[in-house]
Amino acid sequence: RSAFFMAQLSHPYMTTGKTIALTRRTSVGKVMSLLLNMLSGLVITFLPRMDVLVMTPWFAPIIWDGTFDSAILDAQFRDTTIGLTVFAIKKYVVFLRLFLETAEKYFMVGHKVTYYVFTDRPADVPQIALRAGRQVVVLHVGSYRRWQDISMHRMEMISNFSRQRFLHEVDYLVCLDVDMKFSDHVGVEILAPLFGTLHPGFYAADRQSFTYERRPLSRAYIPRDEGDFYYAGGFFGGSVPEVYRLTTACHQAMTADQAQGIEAVWHDESHLNRYLLSHKPSKVLSPEYLWDERMLQRPPLLRKLRYVAVPKNHGEIRNR
Amino acid sequence: MPPPAMHCPRLALGLGFCLLLGIALCSLWVYVENWLLVSYIPYYLPCPEIFNMKLQYKEEPSQPVAQSQYPQPKLLEQKPTELLTLTPWLAPIVSEGTFNAELLHHIYQPLNLTIGLTAFAVGNRYTHFVQHFLESAERFFMQGYRVHYYIFTHDPQAIPRVPLGPGRHLSVIPVPGPSQWEEASMRRMEAISVHIATRAHREVDYLFCLDVDMAFRNPWGPETLGDLVAAIHPGYFTVPRHQFPYERRPVSTAFVADGEGDFYYGGAVFGGRVARVYEFTRGCHMGILADKANGIMAAWQEESHLNRRFLSHKPSKVLSPEYLWDDRKPQPPSLKLIRFSTLNKDTAWLRS
Repeated sequence: RSAFFMAQLSHPYMTTGKTIALTRRTSVGKVMSLLLNMLSGLVITFLPRMDVLVMTPWFAPIIWDGTFDSAILDAQFRDTTIGLTVFAIKKYVVFLRLFLETAEKYFMVGHKVTYYVFTDRPADVPQIALRAGRQVVVLHVGSYRRWQDISMHRMEMISNFSRQRFLHEVDYLVCLDVDMKFSDHVGVEILAPLFGTLHPGFYAADRQSFTYERRPLSRAYIPRDEGDFYYAGGFFGGSVPEVYRLTTACHQAMTADQAQGIEAVWHDESHLNRYLLSHKPSKVLSPEYLWDERMLQRPPLLRKLRYVAVPKNHGEIRNR
Repeated sequence: MPPPAMHCPRLALGLGFCLLLGIALCSLWVYVENWLLVSYIPYYLPCPEIFNMKLQYKEEPSQPVAQSQYPQPKLLEQKPTELLTLTPWLAPIVSEGTFNAELLHHIYQPLNLTIGLTAFAVGNRYTHFVQHFLESAERFFMQGYRVHYYIFTHDPQAIPRVPLGPGRHLSVIPVPGPSQWEEASMRRMEAISVHIATRAHREVDYLFCLDVDMAFRNPWGPETLGDLVAAIHPGYFTVPRHQFPYERRPVSTAFVADGEGDFYYGGAVFGGRVARVYEFTRGCHMGILADKANGIMAAWQEESHLNRRFLSHKPSKVLSPEYLWDDRKPQPPSLKLIRFSTLNKDTAWLRS
């Protein structure tokens, strides 16, 4: 039996599996899983995560460390250009340097990337040394007085620029918050026609306690007995046509709400959740892809933290 | 003393003549050899126009899912299934328990899809499988969707009239009769790709290509739909990759080296979006042609080429052996619901 196990360990897929097998399992667990493999019949040369859900009931993979092989995926996405949208309005320009420097280190390394920086202060966009095949495009846009409006109008701006520009320049769009930094690999494993990210505060919560918009008057309304996950407004994306559809739908819904005199409880995030309930994402990113270390205790099921919040003084940074 | 040649002018003449003759024979041989190779090219090379056929496809927007009640997916509970559910390239592996059939129905029903199904009944013994195949398909295959069966046969008269449900159609496609069993199973890739190019791309959204000497036992629904779908061969899912019956001779285009391989896929089931199936079958057919030109036939004919291609162009969805089972094997506990399996037959009897 040990010889059989050794043969499995030499398999290339076992590079991640080895970590799982040797560090996480008790010896009983190892023996049990091995017996299970031999008895049930499917030789698992790529040990799966048994502690978390890795696929939704509509077949969208949930991306955790250990579920994917980067070598295969990088080959599959060889000729792909990825667009990253980030909004640095008013004082938020101060976050750009760390955001872009860490993105150069961790985001889609080895692939063609265009950073689309939306800002009202183009002169304050820092000059960052970029790897080959990567460029920064600064898009000069207006600002709004309230931070809620700035957040919500991101949908409108992404929608407009998707049709005008992004469709011809990139294959996928990744729409991110700026007050964050990358701390580990974020690669092509996230790319899909439409993807959302699990909000770090709600990944283990009941759908009843999700902070969906609960007033039926709003277009973002979701009843208490519905809902798959609570998705974070700060990390979503997909193919350009799908992101265009999502942002257009959200913008129209927010405009309709405004005409009714109502604003959804979590603004664009509420509308994003309404959209992803009816238009199921084809991939879901685990909270590895969006975390806040100061607000949450890191659980053992999070093996990596890839994109994390940067401390900010809310009072000072907003509305300036 | 005069030189030896002067002594025997006839010898010199003879040698010169032999040299000239040798040169003449060599050049004749080179010419004839080229001519011989030309005449060896297989008779069924496709016409050049097939290569230029481009299929135009519109990007279909995803439709919203109608309101439906179902339990919330649980993130932190271990799934009670022993089979792997996701490949390392993030393709789902479909088996009972990995999906919510009702939810998938809500997603796919409004799209008004037509699913095609090809089956080859070529050879006198295969035509009598069609009845049972179609009857079981009528019971279990894509219930509630529009379906179009394409039965390829050398003997259209032998295809029985099976009553079909609403929205379901059958077309019989005549093909030439086989000279040998292997020859018949090598022509399928070509026939399917030509059929898609000339007809099926207009009639169906998804296409499945199945073996006819099988039957459906349980529902086969939209959980199987994907861009490019393969099924794991029931005989090899417990076996390490170096024991897979890949083609191991490097001269073949279906060659797979010893350290390579994900799963051993069965040739009896594959499918996907019609454009992807077209590219896939064309690619396999090109490989088969190249092998034929080199005088080699892969170990498991089309199945070897299918496996070679699925290694480089990985499927976006993989069906567990529930979707391609061999009834002679005892059903293991990891497979909860056998949906499509063999009818017992003696293959030697069939080949005669």
